[in-house]
Amino acid sequence: MVNTVNAQDASTNNSNSAVKSEGGMKVKRSIGTFFATGLFLVLSLIIVFPLVAGLIASFRPGRELIRRGLSISFDFSTMNLNNYNYLFSGRPDAMKYWMWFKNSMLLTVTTVILTLIICYFVAYAISMYEFKLQRVIFVLVIATMMVPFEILMLPLYKEIIALHLIDSMWGVMLPGLCAPSTIFFFHQYMKSLPKELLDAGRIDGANEYFIAVKIMMPIVKPAFSAMAILCAMGSWNNMLWPLMVFRSASKFTLTIGLNTLLTPYGNNYDMLIAGSMMAIVPILILFLIFQKYIVDGMTAGAVKG
Amino acid sequence: MKVKKFLCSEKTAPYVFALPFLISFVIFWIYPLISAIIMSFQDIGAVSTKFIGAKNYLKLLKDGVFHIAVLNSFEYMLLTCVLLIPFPLLYAVLMDSRLVKAKGVWKAVLYIPALTSVVISGTLFRLMFSEYKTGQLNILMTMLNMPTIKWLKVKWTSEIALLLLCCWRWTGVNMLYFLSGLKSIDKSLYESADIDGATTWQKFKFITIPLIKPTSIYVLTITIYAGLSMFLESFMLWSGNSSPNNIGLTIVGYLYKRGIEKNDMGYACAVGVVLMVIGLTINFIQLFFNGTLKKEED
Repeated sequence: MVNTVNAQDASTNNSNSAVKSEGGMKVKRSIGTFFATGLFLVLSLIIVFPLVAGLIASFRPGRELIRRGLSISFDFSTMNLNNYNYLFSGRPDAMKYWMWFKNSMLLTVTTVILTLIICYFVAYAISMYEFKLQRVIFVLVIATMMVPFEILMLPLYKEIIALHLIDSMWGVMLPGLCAPSTIFFFHQYMKSLPKELLDAGRIDGANEYFIAVKIMMPIVKPAFSAMAILCAMGSWNNMLWPLMVFRSASKFTLTIGLNTLLTPYGNNYDMLIAGSMMAIVPILILFLIFQKYIVDGMTAGAVKG
Repeated sequence: MKVKKFLCSEKTAPYVFALPFLISFVIFWIYPLISAIIMSFQDIGAVSTKFIGAKNYLKLLKDGVFHIAVLNSFEYMLLTCVLLIPFPLLYAVLMDSRLVKAKGVWKAVLYIPALTSVVISGTLFRLMFSEYKTGQLNILMTMLNMPTIKWLKVKWTSEIALLLLCCWRWTGVNMLYFLSGLKSIDKSLYESADIDGATTWQKFKFITIPLIKPTSIYVLTITIYAGLSMFLESFMLWSGNSSPNNIGLTIVGYLYKRGIEKNDMGYACAVGVVLMVIGLTINFIQLFFNGTLKKEED
């Protein structure tokens, strides 16, 4: 579809330029291409600069970082793998890092699975059925998006303490499992699907739950991919709420743990910088695999708000 | 058998599906929201809690530090709106045109900062904006023959650091939002405009801008909310919740300081309620001027 439009577009342009001077148009276009592509090249260089600087710094001792800043010089004589060797050395300090890593992994995987399942069914209810509370629930989902989390933070903190969920993974996870944006996305995706699919299933004698799981879930699979990556990113990088809920160092996630390396009594930059770079790796891999779904996931709310 | 039949009926099933949301809504949204409002009228001590009327709010009116926090958050919000709406829109328009080559690469690279957590990006930016002459920004100053600057100790230079960090992280994301808005515009509109001899600027003004309005409103809304409730960026840049002369203090930073660090929950909740009122007010004004309130939500 898009291709045909582009082709038409191109042909109209060609006929236009044929009327004027074909050569002049072409030169103009290639100058435009040069500047537009150049702009993105410059932007991209600016964007990757801090990360590349961080990566190079992770091959130098932490002391260097203070003394010389984030130097981007590729001076191999001062670069070595010591920081990474240290991380993988199995020393108690380094093991602490891997514990955070494991905690983050566990938290992220559990959060993603539970969030997707719960949000799918909620969205399924409001987009596939007609029932009394349907409209009300939809409005409530929208309403929850309108209040920033930071306002609910303190009462939630008290509540989590009262529920004895403080300092536990569940305390971090439970308040966010019914993510309104995820429900909204699934709803946007499903509302255009034909309801006849349900009736067909019913005629075959399948019950409502069987239809929701075995018939509809496979159809909605792309939506699951889109939400999985966004949800994983959110959970992996979440900081404020875990900072409040976790208390014991053995439960820390990566974000909280890395933050503890920055203390007023001398920072452990060796581990911080190498650990930070390692922390990006899992989410970067996910991003590269699921990249094409991200745009769908992000923009469901934006195009038809 | 009867129970099973009831649970499996077409009438009951949607309620069963929606039940987790309703439970979560009551426990983790309505309850804390109402408690926040109630707590803001209380003095919450370690042993006893008592109602003190609007005293917390009256205290906020006279609290100079809170005023600094509100001004900081406001300023940050306005500036992020100025930086994170027009530029990403421009990039998206270029990206949508046939002028740019290797689009996939640029889209991916511009999105990468959004993958990093604030701890990592904040630390990297703190090092780049270090006051020593080894910080990247000071190296740049030296190259330009200008004196080095203590970036994070002065209000306006630290604002630059915060804004750059924010732009670094969100430009790509907002660009993708706009790009998806642009993709939904019917291309034949541009063709007929071409036939009528419209200039590029006219096409942008009379076709692109009106038709991506839903996207713009969405992006504007999230930018306003994110700007007003910014906290971790400043928390990481100053490596903790205190900055010289409170130049990096935000509303949420003050809420955190009062509620968690000083354990004055009642007062902190009043801060939160003020934040909510400001957020909702700005958003309603914005939606009113954009004319979305007249339309149906759906």
